[in-house]
Amino acid sequence: MEQPILEMKNIVRTFPGVKALSNVDFTLKKGSVHALMGENGAGKSTLMKCLVGINPPDSGQIILKGKPVVIPNPLIALKSGIAMIYQELNPVLERSVMENIWLGREPMRGKRGVFVDHKAMYENTKTLLADLKLDLDPKQKVKELSVAKMQMIEIAKAISFNADIVIMDEPTSALTNNEVDHLFLMIERLRKRNVSVIYITHKMDEIFRVADEVTVLRDGANVITKPVSEMNINSLITAMVGRELTDMFPKVDCPIGDVRMEVKHLEVPGLVHDVSFDLRRGEILGVSGLVGAGRTEMMEAIFGLRQKSSGEIYIEGQKKNIHTPVDAIKCHIGFLTEDRRQTGIIPVLTVKNNTIIASLGNYTKAKFFLDRRKINKTCSEYKDMLNIRTPSLEAIIQNLSGGNQQKVLVARWLLTNSDILILDEPTRGIDVGAKAEIHSIITKLASEGKSIIMVSSEMPEVIGMSDRVLVVCQGRITAVLDRKDLDQETIMRYATSINNHTA
Amino acid sequence: MRNENVLGRFVNKYAIFFILIVMILALSLLSPYFLTGQNLINVLITESGRGILALGVAFAIMSKGIDLSVGSVVSLVSVIVASMVQESSYTARIFPNMPYVPALVAILVGLVAGTLVGVINGSLIAYTGIPPFIATLGTQIIARGIALIITNAYPVPMLRQDFKQIGQGNIGPIPNVVIVFAAIALIAYILLNHTKFGKNVYAIGGNVNAARTSGIKVEKNVVAIYAFSAFCASLAGVLITARAASGIATLGNGYETDAIAAATIGGTSHAGGIGTVPGILAGILILGILNNGLLLLGISPYLQQVIKGVIIIVAVVFDMRKNAKRR
Repeated sequence: MEQPILEMKNIVRTFPGVKALSNVDFTLKKGSVHALMGENGAGKSTLMKCLVGINPPDSGQIILKGKPVVIPNPLIALKSGIAMIYQELNPVLERSVMENIWLGREPMRGKRGVFVDHKAMYENTKTLLADLKLDLDPKQKVKELSVAKMQMIEIAKAISFNADIVIMDEPTSALTNNEVDHLFLMIERLRKRNVSVIYITHKMDEIFRVADEVTVLRDGANVITKPVSEMNINSLITAMVGRELTDMFPKVDCPIGDVRMEVKHLEVPGLVHDVSFDLRRGEILGVSGLVGAGRTEMMEAIFGLRQKSSGEIYIEGQKKNIHTPVDAIKCHIGFLTEDRRQTGIIPVLTVKNNTIIASLGNYTKAKFFLDRRKINKTCSEYKDMLNIRTPSLEAIIQNLSGGNQQKVLVARWLLTNSDILILDEPTRGIDVGAKAEIHSIITKLASEGKSIIMVSSEMPEVIGMSDRVLVVCQGRITAVLDRKDLDQETIMRYATSINNHTA
Repeated sequence: MRNENVLGRFVNKYAIFFILIVMILALSLLSPYFLTGQNLINVLITESGRGILALGVAFAIMSKGIDLSVGSVVSLVSVIVASMVQESSYTARIFPNMPYVPALVAILVGLVAGTLVGVINGSLIAYTGIPPFIATLGTQIIARGIALIITNAYPVPMLRQDFKQIGQGNIGPIPNVVIVFAAIALIAYILLNHTKFGKNVYAIGGNVNAARTSGIKVEKNVVAIYAFSAFCASLAGVLITARAASGIATLGNGYETDAIAAATIGGTSHAGGIGTVPGILAGILILGILNNGLLLLGISPYLQQVIKGVIIIVAVVFDMRKNAKRR
């Protein structure tokens, strides 16, 4: 048997509080396309970041072309022939195609030249692009290109480094069908040049079109590695999700009341399509789907953070016009956003100010001066109620753990008298203990009659907590499942929308 | 380790005040004249104009912006107000046909005109999305131009005594300008610590996306922030003009840099969300005492500039390290 081009053995990588990879093995054959699959957070990207030196492994061995190597950073990876094409491309938009490809290693005039040899750069680029049958002008500005073309430039750049391993992290997430076809053609060309491709994805259909082998990871560990020809969609899904539910989910069955909110025909161009659903008192409505399915955008449109092109929202039977977060808060909707650092906490301010910031209007005297005593009292009540662990209310929030920051944000939205709480990935990036606490807070709120929309990428969380689940795929609701019908395979089936393909 | 942390944090938090005290002690030893009542009053009088300016600019900086227009607002208000309160006997008045205008009315007109510049700044920043640096750089140049147009670059002298009195008079032993400075500092303190507006300023500077998500009307608050900054500058313009007894179209040139420097030395973070009134006051006093002390010690005014610049840079390096440590 031919020697594999790459072997990763017993790779371990921990982040504070989380074991992201435990003893993962990965073997790549020369000239093959190897799909790397798993749920969100299964460790796919982490494994690749170990390989290219962004997050070097804590322990384990990387054997490249038969020799053990240590790869401390991406530049060394590139020089060793490993190139990664990231999900989020980062080109220098204002510069040309050729300047992007040769960035940082521009050909110079003369031996130890000072001046860039633009002519040589142009010629090199031309040859490179022709080699890959890419019809692009080396002098065109990158910002004028589509995302797909930018990806092609990244691939060309990888080839210009003589990379023999190219990693693609969910390359099709922003591409149209035609562009996907073109990408696959490109992958075919790479394979013919004997380049190995590691292809990260969670789209089922792509695997069967493009990959030779597949490795499935779950919870940071190997599940299976097999030739694609020996797999089918059902065996893949089982490999990806098959795990036991724990008692992380203190779900209490409580009576569900009348309809509180109705969303009708919500439309955000290109992102959310004809979304309608209702939400009842005391209900926890899970929203499941893959990353990029449009779940967050849907919630942002409901909350007035994102412009909707059409659609109506009824609360208690009355039509409401929600164009800004201010409108939404007036309708007693609260929105715990997905990205705690970007749109949640105000890092440099105190726990107290972060708690009170959305409801200051309720804590004024003579409509102008703040009632500090009332604010202090309320904040410490909520601190106790939600068990927020902080040295004091005057502590700066960025010094708290993720879980405690999240509890502060929950308090923020409870203080606005929210009846409807939209929680977007409420337990992302927080440790297991805090997770269980957040879950019990959610359950308690529902039992008090609040209506909860819980967007989550974690299947066990959705299944463990929800009364009903909306499954979203490519901006549409593909299924509404009752609690009794919830299981991971069904959800995954609707989330990857393979019903549409097989039907 | 823990002890070191507590001590470190204490020093970090109050460093600016330690520096101020050390400077005062050092200068008292070096110059017998420094620690006299008259000299300290002089420092306060000299710095009150700039101080009022700095308090306003600090609001813009705390919201992660900047206001470069305040110096020009001083100039603009100076010529507008002065041109309305020239002695009627003076034949070369800017507006020869101007009827008698009570000093208070003239001041009011000046304050409104100056504050309007801030409303324009805020609206440009909030509604067109251009960076505060650019917006206020533009209005800085425009306001300066208008001041020159009004006066044709001539000074506006021969101001009435009732107007000059505002800048030159005392209440008890304390000069009026110092009282106004103290009043503005108190107002700024109350705004920042005891009103919804103040919390919104910190929130917008700390994380504008989170502020918006929390239902803060970011645009309206931004307009208010720049209006407040320009209002402070206008007030400073009135006071400085009354003291100088003349309206001058270039009166405020360079004041914005002094104001930004004072706010920065006082710990106002250009990364937004951080700043306190006591800190800003300390920043103003440090710059003022430095000016005064170097003068008393007979150090060349040119060298003074160099020393000031070094202090600003050191203050910001320190500030960034302090904030980086907390991550």
